[in-house]
Amino acid sequence: MDEASRVPEPQHLERENSRLTLKLLGVALGAFAFGFALVPLYEVLCEVTGFGNQKDLQHATAGVVEQIDRDRMVTVEFIAELPSVGSWEFRPVISSMKVHPGKLYEMDFVARNLTGQDSVAQAVPNVAPGKATAYFRKTECFCFTPQHFAKGEQKVMPVRFVLDPALPRHLDRITLSYVFYDNSTRVGALN
Amino acid sequence: MANTTHADHAHDHHDHTPKGIKRWLYATNHKDIGTMYLVFACAMFFMGGAMALVIRLELFQPGLQFVDPGFFNSMTTMHALLMIFGAVMPAWTGLANWMVPMQIGAPDMALPRLNNFSFWLLPFAFTMLLLTLFVPGGSPAGGWTLYPPLSLQAGDSFPLTIFAIHLMGISSILGAINVVVTIMNMRAPGMGLLNMPLFCWTWLITAYLLIAVMPVLAGAVTMLLTDHFFGTSFFSAAGGGDPVMFQHIFWFFGHPEVYILILPAFGVVSEIIPTFSRKPLFGYESMVYASASIAFLSFIVWAHHMFTVGMPLAGQLFFMLSTMLIAVPTGVKVFNWCATMWKGSISFETPMLFSLAFLFLFTIGGFSGLMLAIVPADFQYHDTYFVVAHFHYVLVPGAVFAIMAGVYYWLPKWCGRMYNEKLGKLHFWLSTIGVNVLFFPQHFLGLAGMPRRIPDYSTQFADWNMVSSIGAFIFGFSQLLFVYVVWNAVKSGAPAPQRPWDTARGLDWELPTPAPYHSWETPPDAQAVARGVGH
Repeated sequence: MDEASRVPEPQHLERENSRLTLKLLGVALGAFAFGFALVPLYEVLCEVTGFGNQKDLQHATAGVVEQIDRDRMVTVEFIAELPSVGSWEFRPVISSMKVHPGKLYEMDFVARNLTGQDSVAQAVPNVAPGKATAYFRKTECFCFTPQHFAKGEQKVMPVRFVLDPALPRHLDRITLSYVFYDNSTRVGALN
Repeated sequence: MANTTHADHAHDHHDHTPKGIKRWLYATNHKDIGTMYLVFACAMFFMGGAMALVIRLELFQPGLQFVDPGFFNSMTTMHALLMIFGAVMPAWTGLANWMVPMQIGAPDMALPRLNNFSFWLLPFAFTMLLLTLFVPGGSPAGGWTLYPPLSLQAGDSFPLTIFAIHLMGISSILGAINVVVTIMNMRAPGMGLLNMPLFCWTWLITAYLLIAVMPVLAGAVTMLLTDHFFGTSFFSAAGGGDPVMFQHIFWFFGHPEVYILILPAFGVVSEIIPTFSRKPLFGYESMVYASASIAFLSFIVWAHHMFTVGMPLAGQLFFMLSTMLIAVPTGVKVFNWCATMWKGSISFETPMLFSLAFLFLFTIGGFSGLMLAIVPADFQYHDTYFVVAHFHYVLVPGAVFAIMAGVYYWLPKWCGRMYNEKLGKLHFWLSTIGVNVLFFPQHFLGLAGMPRRIPDYSTQFADWNMVSSIGAFIFGFSQLLFVYVVWNAVKSGAPAPQRPWDTARGLDWELPTPAPYHSWETPPDAQAVARGVGH
């Protein structure tokens, strides 16, 4: 019989039992902590694979220089989504446009507050296919900061973007979508 | 010899046992606690089963007949929570409580008071969960997977559900710790780890899985709780979180969880098939290593549950291939069971019938699992009835049949009385026919595109849904027969012989029949250990 499969002597049993119990409880606590450690790990994984780096879409890219690639045309589609119906209006002014990589474009989204009170909204962007995210640069976007709306107010909100000319050639159609969240409770709590 | 002395000891101790309700409230005896676990599991099995019948009743015909869609969704969610956490997991813990000390030659579980605590958490947990049926907004209806943002929109049921899951989690972690400590520290002299019956082995591995992943689930639901009440944004996109991350964390728990449900079944079947084939188990060590490999692989396949939420191609390939890899150790097991029966002189008593049905039907569930592992095919099958058919094949004629096989197999040793073999076989055939009529058509429905978790469907799915519902009612009501057979055996069965199955090996069969209240007060002698480990 090998070392590992030996059981403790009867007179030591109680001590050995509580020792092993504590060890296993420690493992369980470690596993609980690991569940929370998955949160930063997930961010790192998204960063490394470049797949989920949607967070970069919520920051302006510094030092964008126009290098227009006039030989290529890429279709950019715009989608506006609301998590629930009825309390907001939110839409792009046009549904798609053809763009040259390397050229700076501006597009407008329109939002109207129908909640019946002053509200704060936060737009969360997403680019599909995921691979294109890393090549989608913004210099200005209404999603960078929470947007304040008076009761019934309508706003036209611009987004300025440029596609990195290094965009892989097989990507000829990119979708930029926004989900428009009412963030009043959360922001209210922060203030 | 040893047996008679044990019987005397047992009588001594019986006299000190508290009577009536106190025997159960203060229970520290592994058999009493095991019995309570099994009775509790049976109650939850019927409650979850009743919910399943509400689902099948509504789906009997297209259109909305009996319940409103919100309640229907509550039924699917609650059915899953009750069956997984209330029926199958406690049933396994109950069997472990009964059998592990008997099989390793220990007097009791290592931590009897903890054992009592982990059982008594369960009635409270499930009372809380079932209370949600009566609160404003109804029971959780977003699926047992509790995906945000939908699960965060639940009504008053939300905190009750989360705390119920916390209690269930603590209960199963403590139960698992108890099993590990018992097996590691309390084996009889001469019983090495690789001499243990396979039920102990598969439970040991299951216990480690439980300790590793139940806390992760607890973490995930805690994050849901703080997102809902305390303004954190783990999963809320508006606040910078990511709902997809919940799916990753959940399935990091969820995939090992499905092996928690099935590994002890492998153990039970590995005990029963050799007994009724009258041959030792083929490839004992490879069974142990296969179980351990399955447990290891279960940690690196989780994202196959979420191919359609989007991930890089490399990720899809990794999770597809690692998932398919699980078929290798599982195949080792299936071939070993077949090889055990090869040229055996097989007899078909009820436990063997359930084990054989397990072997065939679990393998069908394994094959549909392989199909689901193929990424491009999964895009088609995802969230359809094909998935429902798959996991019910591995869980009902898989885990549940193995539990029933185990109960029929060990019942004579537990209570000293035989069950009625004719009724047992009738229960088997009704269950097996019922379960196939119930779940096999769901493969066709899924391949034809019927989505899961819907109360109404396109008329093209009507025929197979009707067949499936008929099967559900046959299966559901034939389980009442199971309760009758067990009850009848306990109350008035014919006295069981010392060895109810003459070829059964293991220390559990060396004890007198019925098994004495305290199992091995004096450790079994070397001869008994050697007789038991003849594989």
